[in-house]
Amino acid sequence: MKKGNKRLIISLIVVALFYAGGCLIEHLSGTTSMVVTVLQKGAVYALIAVSMNLLNGFTGLFSLGQAGFMLVGAYSYAILTIPMAKRAAVYQYYNGGWVQFTIGVLPALLIAGVVAALFAALIGLPVLRLKGDYLAIATLGFAEIIRAIVQWDTIGPLTNGSNLLKTYPTLKNIMPGNTVLFTFIVVGICIGMILLLINSTYGRSFKAIRDDEVAAEAMGINLFHHKQMAFVISSFFAGIGGALLAMYQGSLQANSFKSAMTYEILLIVVIGGMGSVSGSIIASFLFIACSEWWLRFLDAETMIGDFKVPLLAPGFRMVVFAVVIMVVVLFFRKGIMGDRELWELGSRRKAKGGASVK
Amino acid sequence: MSEVKTSGNNVLRLTDITMQFGGVVAINNLSLEVNTGEIVALIGPNGAGKTTAFNCITGVYEPTNGAVYFHGKPIAVNHPQGKMIKQYGGINADKYKDQKAVVYTPDKITHMGIARTFQNIRLFKSQTAFENVLIGTHLRRTSNFLTATFRLNMKEEKAMREKASQLLEEVGLSDVANELATSLPYGKQRRLEIARALATDPTLLLLDEPAAGMNPQETDELGEFIVDIKNKFNLTVFMIEHHMNLVMDISDRIYVLDFGKQIAEGTPDEIQKNPVVIAAYLGVDEE
Repeated sequence: MKKGNKRLIISLIVVALFYAGGCLIEHLSGTTSMVVTVLQKGAVYALIAVSMNLLNGFTGLFSLGQAGFMLVGAYSYAILTIPMAKRAAVYQYYNGGWVQFTIGVLPALLIAGVVAALFAALIGLPVLRLKGDYLAIATLGFAEIIRAIVQWDTIGPLTNGSNLLKTYPTLKNIMPGNTVLFTFIVVGICIGMILLLINSTYGRSFKAIRDDEVAAEAMGINLFHHKQMAFVISSFFAGIGGALLAMYQGSLQANSFKSAMTYEILLIVVIGGMGSVSGSIIASFLFIACSEWWLRFLDAETMIGDFKVPLLAPGFRMVVFAVVIMVVVLFFRKGIMGDRELWELGSRRKAKGGASVK
Repeated sequence: MSEVKTSGNNVLRLTDITMQFGGVVAINNLSLEVNTGEIVALIGPNGAGKTTAFNCITGVYEPTNGAVYFHGKPIAVNHPQGKMIKQYGGINADKYKDQKAVVYTPDKITHMGIARTFQNIRLFKSQTAFENVLIGTHLRRTSNFLTATFRLNMKEEKAMREKASQLLEEVGLSDVANELATSLPYGKQRRLEIARALATDPTLLLLDEPAAGMNPQETDELGEFIVDIKNKFNLTVFMIEHHMNLVMDISDRIYVLDFGKQIAEGTPDEIQKNPVVIAAYLGVDEE
């Protein structure tokens, strides 16, 4: 056990250094630099990817509803935090909207998670009786339905229809100069809670369900109850992640939460390793760094002298990602970390463990 | 032979269990009982419906007709319904018509105290031997997901871990506790599965071919092991087995199934001499 404690301390130091480094970079390079963008968005995506991993990697439920729950969380946050003075302007087509109060950022983040969790609880009732691909299709469908409903004109006074929601507190204006710190703290707390859950007796039973449903049920694990629990908790954190994404973006529109967003997160989870929290975190920073920064040149039409470089055109970046996911699924099925964690590296346990990608 | 003597202390009692899949009657009017502290074996040629019987007891299948009682309490009662009324190929369909249908899911039945192992070992493959047993202790938890997440259940967690390592010691797997379950040799996987089942605090243990794939020496050891844990944990054991040496050595009574029907019941000696059983196993001369 002493060895375990040592590992824990080393991991905590690494995390602390990472936090300090993030804050330092922001102070040195300014809030608008590319590195800071990557750190902010990467952290937000890390939370969402870990929440998806809880479902897909740890419980073995192949769900594609993440974008829908992020949308619910993001909207809940934005609707509740738009300052009173600006509501009339934001809801200009709907007479200032129905909601006529404003709450603080932190309670709003919490409520964003709770509302997403409530949606998940309702959707889970019919959907979680399905298995495998059917579950994926059903959750994907529900995510799309949620997106459509949010844009529905009749509830416009609540959601502002298909118009932008804006002027709510964003990362830039709640902790000016310390946006990375704020994101890291919220994301860190959430991922910490997920980690605690995964390593509790409930986390163990989630993994049991993933490994063998029949045996898990024979061990007295109520399948539906536990699946529902994983689904709701995953959506809770996806909701908070969605709210953070809204804070990062500065304005919010339902149309940006398309299924493509779910695929991006799925890509992160698969690259990081199904069943590895640290893998998801590493992969999300890598993915965001690539898509926002390093691979930007793929989208720009480039001329070298008179020669126009072929293939480089807006959208080509996404083609590259599609190829990457194919290569990963075909040849590196375990992803970066497999189902191990960073702090387990070097330990003999799980020497033969493999990620269970279906 | 078809009527079961009803004694007061039976742990498990099946009455008129029929399991029909579409037109196929997998079990036909099976009645049996297992008494406290006994080791009872269920034998029969391949495809006789033995595992199906286990699945009816553990709630994996809902029997088409008949009732299962555990400590006198009905855990499955059914009679042909819907499409099955016309299709039904068994007997005694009217006997349970007035009884309320009872269905429990497998996890509920495990809660009540029936634990099982599987014919083709079903261990949690990404987990260590220790974690496999630890999962078996999950169902007796008192914590909810919040108290478990925030580590307010440290006492219980500690007790769970102690129980798991104790069980591993009982079955002689302490030295491989941190090995991946699927990396263990076959015989140890079987033992691990039994340890995992014991972690659920059962009063009745169902073993589905515990000696499958074992050599004679391993089989002998397993026999001693089963008797050993039965006494240590005050269990009643009901098992399916093909190794006749094992069955004859350790079981108190034996039920023989053939083509879904019970063809014999009795002590090992009686069964060995029973001409019907011999015919079922060896076939009869056409002449």
